[in-house]
Amino acid sequence: MIKDDIRSYFPILNQEINGNPLVYLDSAATSQKPIQVIEALKKYYEFDNSNVHRGVHTLGNRATDDYEGAREKVRKFINAKSTEEIIFTRGTTAGLNMVASSYGRANVSEGDEIVITYMEHHSNLIPWQQLAKATNATLKYIDMEADGTLSMAAIKAAITDRTKIVSVTYASNVLGTINAIKDIAKIAHQHGAVMVVDGAQGVPHMTTDVQDLDCDFLAFSGHKMCGPTGIGVLYGKKEHLLNMEPVEFGGEMINFVGLQDSTWADLPAKFEAGTPVIAGAIGLGAAIDFLTDIGMDNILAHEHKLSQYTFENLSSIEGLTIYGPQDPLARTGLATFNIDDVHPHDLATALDSRGIAVRAGHHCAQPLMKWLSCVATARASFYVYNNEEDIDKLAEGVRFAKEYFANV
Amino acid sequence: MSNLDQLYRSVIMDHYKKPRNKGQLEGSNVAIDMNNPTCGDRIHLTLQVDDNIVTDAKFEGEGCSISMSSASMMTQLIKGKTTEEALAFAQTFSEMMLGQEHDEDMDLGDIEALSGVAQFPARIKCATLAWKAMEKGINKEG
Repeated sequence: MIKDDIRSYFPILNQEINGNPLVYLDSAATSQKPIQVIEALKKYYEFDNSNVHRGVHTLGNRATDDYEGAREKVRKFINAKSTEEIIFTRGTTAGLNMVASSYGRANVSEGDEIVITYMEHHSNLIPWQQLAKATNATLKYIDMEADGTLSMAAIKAAITDRTKIVSVTYASNVLGTINAIKDIAKIAHQHGAVMVVDGAQGVPHMTTDVQDLDCDFLAFSGHKMCGPTGIGVLYGKKEHLLNMEPVEFGGEMINFVGLQDSTWADLPAKFEAGTPVIAGAIGLGAAIDFLTDIGMDNILAHEHKLSQYTFENLSSIEGLTIYGPQDPLARTGLATFNIDDVHPHDLATALDSRGIAVRAGHHCAQPLMKWLSCVATARASFYVYNNEEDIDKLAEGVRFAKEYFANV
Repeated sequence: MSNLDQLYRSVIMDHYKKPRNKGQLEGSNVAIDMNNPTCGDRIHLTLQVDDNIVTDAKFEGEGCSISMSSASMMTQLIKGKTTEEALAFAQTFSEMMLGQEHDEDMDLGDIEALSGVAQFPARIKCATLAWKAMEKGINKEG
């Protein structure tokens, strides 16, 4: 259960937009930040700001302790074996690019296969497209069922002994589909491939245990889970990270530097060149504390409840289609939909006039839009602070827009 | 008038629901595809330009009421105009969208109805899509 006072921790929700109380339904794009995270950033900049892993002075020690403390919080949150496996990045995109350009370039060659799905966000698609082009490998897509899920048969058919990398989203940012990563990883490993997971839409919403999933890499972003923008995490199994070349070179990632040659620092510093996003990491640590206090299982249960309520409420609107699995319990908390005769942009503008924030567009998933045979859709996405009243307002807003555009 | 009504004038919805010059000119000498990568709107604009005059214009595409009505109204406006006049309309329209000072004496016809878009920054790119395509097409032709 999520307590009723949850909204009081999110100062941004306490405002009016276009004369109406804000109804924020765009958390899949970015989540709002609780006061605990905002305070952690403020405390760092007001009292502890200093560079990390350098000076011997007190502030430097405090900043380093807090930064490394955040790494330990991340480790525990996703149940990694060691903090050596936790690399701070600037977000999911950066993490996936690191895997493609470091692990990918070293392990994929001509004739090999990289396997992804039609439901990938561009961030888990273009790095592999580029890798396939550069290495003359083949980029393959796992066939998708009509309801936007992956069948075991389709997964088994796509992954072969030539497959070197399988990269699948934990949860779809458009369909809400939660993918069976553990099962896919098993099949990937049977064929000698590594399992990469785009965790951007999964890690914020459910318990994540990288050892149980047995994935080789997992990338996610802080800002979709109550943390600041500009900070993300790449988890990688130590055996892979040890053998990988750094992607960026410079300060902090070195051991010895000579005139013609240098050696690299140990994990995880090898992959963190330059001054890291110290405040961001500390903010992410505070976000993890916040989410852990609520409980990740409670968060998923809350989203399932809201999804169920959304299906009940929106389905009664004539001409409205919700995409993706029709079982609310098979999804994360979002609903991507269209209504007949109203373009999603127009719908989003009409909803905004009532203070309701939704996303409209192709959601950085153009191949998926093509698969759905639409140019664009509207998406309402939920998080810990949303409640049934928000969904009532959404349904009222959609009815209003339908009426408005029919008569204008 | 509410902000929403400022944006969605009835003339805009009329052009959206009953687009003028919808389709494709066969064998035209200017053909341009343009899309708005942030939202997925796209337009295929064909123009027939003879002796510096836009003798015919048609468009196909997918998008919201603002982008499609703007395309419909634009094709209506530029037909029979010289390319210089068409580009001058595009310039004035762009200034109007950005809320800048523009030539208010210029008769833009139905397009004046799109002036409310200036209040909705996120929608300006919708309104200007067809115009950018036209500018690109004419400049390439010229």
